[in-house]
Amino acid sequence: MAGVQVVAGDAREVIEWGRRLGKELEAGDVICLFGELGSGKTTFSQGIAAGLGVAGPVTSPTFALIKVYQGRLPFYHADLYRLEDPAQLEDLGLEEFIYGDGVFVVEWAGRLGKYAPVDFLEVRFEYLPDPQNGRQIALLPHGRRYRELVGKLEGEARDADHRD
Amino acid sequence: MKGMSVLFDEDALVLGIETSCDETSAAVVRGGKTIMSNVIASQVDLHAKYGGVVPEVASRKHVEAIIPAVDTALHQAGVSLAELAGIAVTYGPGLVGGLLVGVSAAKAIAFGGQVPLVGVNHIEGHIYANFLEHPELKAPLICLTVSGGHTDLLYIPAFGAYELLGRTRDDAAGEAFDKVARVMGLGYPGGPQIDRLARDGNPRAVELPRALSQEETFDFSFSGLKTAVLNYIHRERQSRKDGPLPEELLADLAASFQAAVVEVLSARTIEAAKEKRVRTVVMSGGVAANSLLRQEMSGAGAREGIAVYYPSLVLCTDNAAMIACAGYYRFRRGDRASWSLNAEPDLRL
Repeated sequence: MAGVQVVAGDAREVIEWGRRLGKELEAGDVICLFGELGSGKTTFSQGIAAGLGVAGPVTSPTFALIKVYQGRLPFYHADLYRLEDPAQLEDLGLEEFIYGDGVFVVEWAGRLGKYAPVDFLEVRFEYLPDPQNGRQIALLPHGRRYRELVGKLEGEARDADHRD
Repeated sequence: MKGMSVLFDEDALVLGIETSCDETSAAVVRGGKTIMSNVIASQVDLHAKYGGVVPEVASRKHVEAIIPAVDTALHQAGVSLAELAGIAVTYGPGLVGGLLVGVSAAKAIAFGGQVPLVGVNHIEGHIYANFLEHPELKAPLICLTVSGGHTDLLYIPAFGAYELLGRTRDDAAGEAFDKVARVMGLGYPGGPQIDRLARDGNPRAVELPRALSQEETFDFSFSGLKTAVLNYIHRERQSRKDGPLPEELLADLAASFQAAVVEVLSARTIEAAKEKRVRTVVMSGGVAANSLLRQEMSGAGAREGIAVYYPSLVLCTDNAAMIACAGYYRFRRGDRASWSLNAEPDLRL
């Protein structure tokens, strides 16, 4: 399966897709987010947190690099935006989170370099051209676990299409 | 411990240590107000002394920079370890690697020199930056802390007591400045760049949202504003077939963005002061260096009979003098850290 593409018209819909994904996640899952500044990565992560039952505000991890929350599973929210030099990754102790007992969501995942796991869910965010101003979100599985996961969301994506 | 008998009077010397983010800083402050030295390791003087730029972010770099920074701070102040009344160190919130370096170094120096130790919250340090220059400040206060990582609106009914009235729900104010500057092709850090560019722009040229203006809240949200700016840039680039954006358009956009951030920050802060019946507002953090924010907050305060204070530019951003100052007041209240003091990345006030 090649993956699923959905369109989110506004921030609320981006959150809603994150929430749907968050509800299906299990301990050890790794979600890698790719997309330009302002394309919806943190907003989507807030949705994942909601789907995991995290209470309280989930704010941008850009400054702190990694933030830890507790929902029905631990939620590790990382952001590599500020790390332009891959050598700086070594000081972060990312393995502990990637191979941990929770869900690991990382923004600017292209900077993971050698820390990137073999199996993960790739989520790509793209601006839709004017006048739509929405976001296209592509969910691309790498490995069996993530093919199953995307399979679960495929039905919802089809339903959303029909509603349009 | 010899230090336990030290009286924290107006001559007491406190060494401050700050490593919570990208800066390695050490400072000596006398009596909670006179800065004897304030060494910030990303600054030129230390680069000159130790050769080469001290890189950012990595805690390993804090390890390399911390002892030279402390040595330089003591040397510039003309103070020996034995003359210190206490050592104050930031133990959170911040990046765990950096915090650990500062806390470990502070504990080692305090233990070796038999000097009392106290832990300081980084945000509390930012607040006390105001007391370095205005020791006459008295609680109750409203404090707005705005930086790359924090956007906190606090009510301070008495010294050492804090009530969080509001905070950002997504991006910090300084983060919004940095990211918008990045997309506009300006340098880092974004705050000063936008501040400068905005002077030539029309703040009403581009219509941008003011988040949460319909809600009764002291919270902030800057993600929607950031996205609105990015959408605007995408649209303008599209209409120019990806050609460069004219300087006037960038200046108008910078001015409009800055006005949107400043309007929300100053309106909520003054509103909080009115609601709590507080006559004094203090600002802190890197965004408190923004010239429009200073001007608008002071103007809005003056109209309501509220005095507005903000630190000088060097004390707005991360520095150890503010930590030494906050530590001095903690020591005076009898606060002491044990040798088990640890880094707490998620520390709350």
